[in-house]
Amino acid sequence: MALPQNQIPTAFEAFVNATSIDEACKALAIGDGTVVAGGTDLWVQKDEAHKTFGPRLINISNIEELARIEIGRDRIRLGARVTMSDILDNGDLGDIAPALCEAANKFASPQIRNAATIGGNVANASPAADAVVPLLCLDAKIELSKWDGKKISTRDVPADAFFSAPGQSVLAVDELITAISFEHPGTNPIARFFKSGPRPALEIAIVSLGFSARLAGGKLTNVRIALGAVGPTPVRARKTEKLLEGQRLTDDLKAAALDTLADEISPIDDVRGSAWYRQHLARTYLQEALHDAAQS
Amino acid sequence: MPHKVDIAFTLNGRPVAAAVPVSASALQVMNRDFDLTSAKLACGEGECGACTILLDGVSRNSCLTPGVDLDGRDVETVEGLWTGNGMDLLQDAFVEAGAVQCGFCTPGMVMQAKFLLAPGKKLTRDHVLRGLEGNVCRCTGYHKIVDAIVAASGETS
Ligand SMILES: Cc1cc2nc3c(=O)[nH]c(=O)nc-3n(C[C@H](O)[C@H](O)[C@H](O)COP(=O)(O)OP(=O)(O)OC[C@H]3O[C@@H](n4cnc5c(N)ncnc54)[C@H](O)[C@@H]3O)c2cc1C
Repeated sequence: MALPQNQIPTAFEAFVNATSIDEACKALAIGDGTVVAGGTDLWVQKDEAHKTFGPRLINISNIEELARIEIGRDRIRLGARVTMSDILDNGDLGDIAPALCEAANKFASPQIRNAATIGGNVANASPAADAVVPLLCLDAKIELSKWDGKKISTRDVPADAFFSAPGQSVLAVDELITAISFEHPGTNPIARFFKSGPRPALEIAIVSLGFSARLAGGKLTNVRIALGAVGPTPVRARKTEKLLEGQRLTDDLKAAALDTLADEISPIDDVRGSAWYRQHLARTYLQEALHDAAQS
Repeated sequence: MPHKVDIAFTLNGRPVAAAVPVSASALQVMNRDFDLTSAKLACGEGECGACTILLDGVSRNSCLTPGVDLDGRDVETVEGLWTGNGMDLLQDAFVEAGAVQCGFCTPGMVMQAKFLLAPGKKLTRDHVLRGLEGNVCRCTGYHKIVDAIVAASGETS
């Protein structure tokens, strides 16, 4: 297929088929690297004129350390190249992180789920990134690793401090996302994920909403609400969380929460939906989440 | 000249090697380096499934898979289903059910079905419908494709 004339594909000029984190980070330290995991974002974007990528392609698909799912007593750790299919196939995550599994379940198509990694979903920094929304509700940390000249050094960035603009984040050119981790949420967490699109598969969310909380003595605690595609990055709805925290779910409180949510998000009109429709969806999803929370 | 990388992998059961440009897709490698044309370029962005191949037994959109990532893997396309004495059970099922019209989507459909059937699974229509969400057909209306795959899985729902 001929490319439209305004599109200049990125021509990669070197290739590193990394088999260890060390090898990938050393290659990234050169400063002209582009990481590829599943390729489901990169292989589309490399042909877009407004995007530029470093000419050294660094494949991380064969790094076994990055493919692990570790379920610890206190923390859960997902290697960066864990795919959406891996998340769905894991026997434990369904109970521990049901909203994350629901996001993986509503993700694209089987072929894309087989390729798409959690690290790639985070690194790509789309405002609509599905896996990011439940990760925000889980207070997830993004582990970034780099070669500092002598050894691998790592830093953990909270998911809600990671994104800065569409496609942009605090990830530096020499850094590799090595893992995503979060505290074990304990038994039976209330956790939901909602996503809308014209068909159930292969849709970029018009709006997505994640909700998580605990119910103690009839009161909501640890309330987390996150949304995709209502702003330049995936966002937490902190004002709404604060309003609900420690409260009993009365009808008045529910109504106030929906209004607060509508105030604190700033969706735009675009091809996928109008700002008005996005507001409507966000309210509807929160209403459903609160309704379910009250029943649980 | 684009930079080329030497890769070696197993293609439909046989060891092969090629020098491929780093920016080439696995689909381009199939089409250009090995003259295998069953995997098709249609949308080129992972929406239609016409380029579906199996990589280490797992279905992937070959248009979005880096060609260089084939190195060391086990790659299967429809061409590999031909045994020398006949078609694969799944191909027979497609013919039997009348699941092929223009045929453009068929290799992708068959490879995705192969993935769904993988470990001798019995499939219901719902499994198949869900499993084909990433494969588009503009002729058949899907029913006969689903019939074929359900039949091949040994289940008549
Ligand atoms: C048809 C189609 C449907 C899609 N549907 C959805 C959907 O429903 N929901 C959704 O959220 N997304 C969707 N996507 C987008 C994409 O599949 C996801 O964002 C996916 O998680 C990206 O992962 P990947 O491994 O394929 O990333 P890649 O394409 O390999 O990489 C993406 C970007 O992240 C960088 N990167 C990858 N891994 C790392 C790492 N470990 N460290 C540093 N940088 C890294 C790469 O350099 C690149 O810039 C869809 C894409 C397609 C083509």
